[in-house]
Amino acid sequence: MIAEAGLAALWFAAALALLQLVLAALGVWRSSRFSVRPELVEGHRAAGERPPVAQGASTGSARTAEEGDAAKRVLTDEIMAAVRPVAVVQGLLVLLAMLLLITVFARSDMSVLLVAENSHSDKPMLYKIAGAWGNHEGSMLLWVTILGMAGAAVALLERTLAKPTLIATLGAQAAIALGFYAFLLFASNPFARIDPAPADGNGLNPLLQDPGLAFHPPTLYIGYVGISIAFSFAVGAMITRDVGPAFARAMRPWVLGAWIFLTLGITAGSYWAYYELGWGGWWFWDPVENASLMPWLAATALLHSVTVLATRDGLRAWTLMLAVVAFSMSMIGTFLVRSGILTSVHAFAVDPTRGSFILALLALYIGGAMLLFALRVGTVKQGNGFDFVSREGALIANNLLLTVILGIVLIGTLYPIVAAAFGTQLSVGPPFFDKAAGPVALVLVAVMAAGPLLRWRRDTLAALFARMTVPVAATGVMLILLATIGGVALLPMLGLALSAGLAVASVAPLWKRNLRRTPLFTYGMVVAHLGIGVSLAGMACDTAFTQATLVAARVGEPQHVGPFTVTLDGIKPVIGPNWSALEARLSARRGEDGAVFYLRPQSRYFANPVTVTSESAIATRWDGQLYTVLGEPDGTGRWQLRLWWKPFVTLIWFGGALIAIGGALSLLGRLARGRRAALREAYA
Amino acid sequence: MKAKHQRLTLVVLALAAVGGASVLALSALKDQAAFFYAPGDVKKDGLPLGRAVRLGGMVADHSIQRLPDGVSMRFVVTDGVATVPVAFKGIAPDLFREKSGVVAEGSFNPDGSFTATNLLAKHDEKYMPPEIAGKMHETKTLKQ
Repeated sequence: MIAEAGLAALWFAAALALLQLVLAALGVWRSSRFSVRPELVEGHRAAGERPPVAQGASTGSARTAEEGDAAKRVLTDEIMAAVRPVAVVQGLLVLLAMLLLITVFARSDMSVLLVAENSHSDKPMLYKIAGAWGNHEGSMLLWVTILGMAGAAVALLERTLAKPTLIATLGAQAAIALGFYAFLLFASNPFARIDPAPADGNGLNPLLQDPGLAFHPPTLYIGYVGISIAFSFAVGAMITRDVGPAFARAMRPWVLGAWIFLTLGITAGSYWAYYELGWGGWWFWDPVENASLMPWLAATALLHSVTVLATRDGLRAWTLMLAVVAFSMSMIGTFLVRSGILTSVHAFAVDPTRGSFILALLALYIGGAMLLFALRVGTVKQGNGFDFVSREGALIANNLLLTVILGIVLIGTLYPIVAAAFGTQLSVGPPFFDKAAGPVALVLVAVMAAGPLLRWRRDTLAALFARMTVPVAATGVMLILLATIGGVALLPMLGLALSAGLAVASVAPLWKRNLRRTPLFTYGMVVAHLGIGVSLAGMACDTAFTQATLVAARVGEPQHVGPFTVTLDGIKPVIGPNWSALEARLSARRGEDGAVFYLRPQSRYFANPVTVTSESAIATRWDGQLYTVLGEPDGTGRWQLRLWWKPFVTLIWFGGALIAIGGALSLLGRLARGRRAALREAYA
Repeated sequence: MKAKHQRLTLVVLALAAVGGASVLALSALKDQAAFFYAPGDVKKDGLPLGRAVRLGGMVADHSIQRLPDGVSMRFVVTDGVATVPVAFKGIAPDLFREKSGVVAEGSFNPDGSFTATNLLAKHDEKYMPPEIAGKMHETKTLKQ
């Protein structure tokens, strides 16, 4: 019964999404015809904009016409008032469907096809629950759940946006949801039954049986799908012609929120792949990784352009375009991951037959949004002008460079598909991305260091150079230092030098300021930019200084990697909840007289499904990680061991966390300021 | 500078940046795209020497041979049409085994053998690299 209830909840949610779309369309259409909301017009006049709603017939000559209009206006308001609750209930219903799916997984109800195919009763409870989204149908349901919840959150929390624009936004959100409900209900029903029910299920891919599965996909999806809110905002604003600073200020917290989760999701996913795959790498330029990087790049650009729009009323059309592009990237990402069209090291839960459905949705939404953009861009008034040497100028450079990187990643990711259409099988790997995107990224880092040190509107190059003395000096010192050491390749050397400069430059905005009166969002920017510097330093260190050893080791025979001496003490069998393993005990020592510590890499055997995975063992020190992997025995008493010493590799994820924390500080700062402004207005 | 001029300059700059990036990307693609080969392709088209490629197919039965150093191995990749001997040094992925799909990254040697720097095995029973699925669909041996 639980599965049927879940399916019913899904159908109801879909019906409500349809209702939401119709009500919103009707409300927006009627409001543009019948009502001029005086308070809105005034509010917008105060902000120096034109009213968002078209001129109605309020100056009508006859009194009866005015009365009729008043009645129509009341009805319009009632229609619009209904949209918010519908959006909230829709969100709750789809959440209920997701919870019911988790329930059938937790209960190991093998009469549900999805559970039988992807779960097993001997799994630990954590993986039974997380396994609900470790497969195609479940992960799509999670996608839609987050979409519905995001719509509900907008309906509940958004207070600053002009009403017709908000209603149009919720309508756009419902339109997106409808497509995905159709996809779930007609092409990937997660609640389908199987008759007769098997005795037990096939089990979950052991590589996914890791705490990472419980947190990584939901985090990433919140970021991915959160971008849809920015898209819906842009569509709503284009429909009601309400593009300006007020709209940008309303959209910014949502973009920031989605971006924080994307950042966290990518950072966590990178670390998960790093320790789970056992290859010692943290980024493989794999299509699935690119699928999460591309929305992040677009969202980062959007975050900066929306700031220009909110503060200086510039980049109006560009910001709208970016919102559309960012959501296109998350749709393309979904398509790439779900369709299985590309070879990926993370290719889980793929089904080629469903790719075309998502492709159709992609074409529909992106095509529709682009058409709307083309129709309405002419009516978007040009924003304020500015000098090239200014904060705006630097932010435009940021946007251009991010777009260029995005373009490179997109070309590299999609090229194999295009080539396949012409009958050539090829893959585009790390060398391409490093070579093409690396230099652009370094230029971006340089601009990033300079940007926050520039004034809004206009500044002079001389002043900029004066402010950049210390960061440039830091870069120079680092370059000289690395050149003296020698043996470091050009790209990591530049990366390290620039990261030093960026780290100094990013805290420069706090220089000589009253730290207690500095707004929270300035701290946010400082921390996030510092995070990029820290992360870049980690990447460059890993590329430049990693040392690796691959040996067939005998028990008791010392091996050397970096400053460490590692000895295989022995191998013993261990038993886990649903696996058995061979576990090596490695004793490691730093230098000649360091304290001995132990590492225990495993080779795990899972019975359901039959798989062997290797579990790396990692020792984290303040200056890096010792990473060990156990391979196979060679039959003569030797065991394959792979040892890496990775100096400062942890900075990569530490930097990622800093970026997300910076985003969170900025979000809190913006919300607090928004609340204070609202209070001031209320008491004025 | 007038607003109109500024806009124009911006558009030109943007176009130049995007154009430059495309040139950069396409030239890098030309050098760096790893082409995918099945053993049958090599027999048909000749050896692609001096560039990184991917070789995909099935690990032939009884072909895995471990070398005395304990970390090197040789095996044979087949697609039912032709075979290629492969040398690899490193820890093979967990799902690497005989009669199972594999994608080897590396380069061909003039004698027709292949030196792999990395091995990708399929991740689970349901998943097969699409390249292999496409190349192997006639032989059916991979579809367990």
